[in-house]
Amino acid sequence: MHIPDGFINGATSAGAAVVAAGGVGAALKAGARSLAERQIPLAGLAAAFIFALQMLNFPVAAGTSGHLLGGALAAVLLGPAMGVTVLTVVVFVQALLFADGGLSALGLNIINMGLITSLVGWLVFRALMAVFPKHRGGATLAAMIAAWASVVVSSIGFVIQYSLGGQGGVDSATVFAAMTGVHALIGIGEGLITGTVVAAVLAVRPDLVFGTARYDITRGNGLGRKATAGFIAAGLLGAISLVVFVAPLASSAPDGLERVAEDSGLVAEDSGFGALFSDYQVGSVEPEWLGTVVSGVVGLIVTFAVGVILVTLGRRRLARRA
Amino acid sequence: MSGSHVHALTVHGHSPLHRLPARVKLVALGLFVVAVVATPRHQLWAFAVYALLVTMVLVVAELPAKFVLKRMGLEVPFVAFALFLPFVGGAPRITAWGLMLSIEGIWAAWNIIAKATLGTAASIVVIATTETPHILRGLGQLRLPPTMVAVAGFMVRYLEVVGDEVRRMRIAMAARGYQPTWLGQAKALAVAGGALFIRSYERGERVHQAMLARGFTGAMPDLIDDHADRSDWAVALSVPLSAWLVAALAVAA
Repeated sequence: MHIPDGFINGATSAGAAVVAAGGVGAALKAGARSLAERQIPLAGLAAAFIFALQMLNFPVAAGTSGHLLGGALAAVLLGPAMGVTVLTVVVFVQALLFADGGLSALGLNIINMGLITSLVGWLVFRALMAVFPKHRGGATLAAMIAAWASVVVSSIGFVIQYSLGGQGGVDSATVFAAMTGVHALIGIGEGLITGTVVAAVLAVRPDLVFGTARYDITRGNGLGRKATAGFIAAGLLGAISLVVFVAPLASSAPDGLERVAEDSGLVAEDSGFGALFSDYQVGSVEPEWLGTVVSGVVGLIVTFAVGVILVTLGRRRLARRA
Repeated sequence: MSGSHVHALTVHGHSPLHRLPARVKLVALGLFVVAVVATPRHQLWAFAVYALLVTMVLVVAELPAKFVLKRMGLEVPFVAFALFLPFVGGAPRITAWGLMLSIEGIWAAWNIIAKATLGTAASIVVIATTETPHILRGLGQLRLPPTMVAVAGFMVRYLEVVGDEVRRMRIAMAARGYQPTWLGQAKALAVAGGALFIRSYERGERVHQAMLARGFTGAMPDLIDDHADRSDWAVALSVPLSAWLVAALAVAA
């Protein structure tokens, strides 16, 4: 999901760069005390760890395309401020030392993969831990769901950027259905890795996990087979329901927003705001509704197929190497 | 995306480009990319000029073509995505080779491929001719938050160490009869990931203690001398300024 140069127009990229700089600045400020005192080498090692984990991930991406973001994982293990810092550094280094992701798109990529993943992952994790049983199993499940949500919301970030400054005349609702649907699948992989890594760290060094520092987490066991299967099933269900139910809504909801804006006299009919959301207009509801759903489902099937192929190839490669 | 391309980011050499200070090259690269992105996609000639500029710099930098092409492979996933656009793009459509293609989609695909290729190529030239510590130092001189530069420095320094740790864990897993199968391997790999995190964390603590023991006070000593005089700036900025001129002409046309 590293956006290259030229994918999103200059104005949107520049705006994103300003937002990203503000967000990262706030995170640096929030983490300033601990970072300055002792955690700079630690943050560097954590960034290298996330980078390495992104290399490790391909066979884990069972049935989905393998692209670990790691934002939720970093936030749960190290806290939100460190998570944002670490992920931003990873994205930054990938762009500036590996030419992975465009320089002009740096702001977009930092928002999607640094800010959104860490913050959403952290907020969801904290919210879930407030109600979940405070032991290893509960924390693991919370980390899984947080990671899933972080990936899906991150893809929504891309959809917003695309609808603001993308090209190709692809309907925004179609992009929404395809992106969120596919990422709801990818999120399962992300959730499984995140949850299991958190569980593994909790088993050995529970004191290192920032997200559970306030709880006595030593009781209880890890997550059972049943709960893991339940997570996968729920993720699949989420992917399908996003495509079938949310996508058609998405094509009409901004219309409503636009209507409200026009009715209340906030914007003239031909202003930028109207032009911005013209993509969403539902000329004839029935075909577009169906078209969105069909394209989304096709996207899911294609992703699943590509994932299966990747996993099969990866397995052969690993087996040969071993 | 992030394959095992940790090695060979830079190509050793003594070209004029190698000798330029890092911050000068970074500024030039940033300005060049902005010019490329700002160019309207219909102005094909402008992109030809940009390609010529990048090629000229490549030749001056004495970079082997094979190395550059190999590094450009990173871009392939986006090219694949861009090639979908002509099929899913909006109306109007034309028929070519028996396929219904969206005109808007074709232009969008061209736009992405052209700009992404130019941006990647320009970045690779700068990265390949600049030692990594110099790039980091240049970023610091360009007023990037010192904390971020420091964290990035440690990340780069320990990438290979962590990578080697991964390799050792793989060997250890194979030695214990680890047979990758479908979902079954997910758990083994994630547990390895957990172990990797703990090892990285503890290494981070050890590194910090070692630094304190050697008198670390919060800032890294500056060991690089890269004075930039006016001629350096003039030489480096000539490329992006030409690109800006081309972009201005393209926008006006």
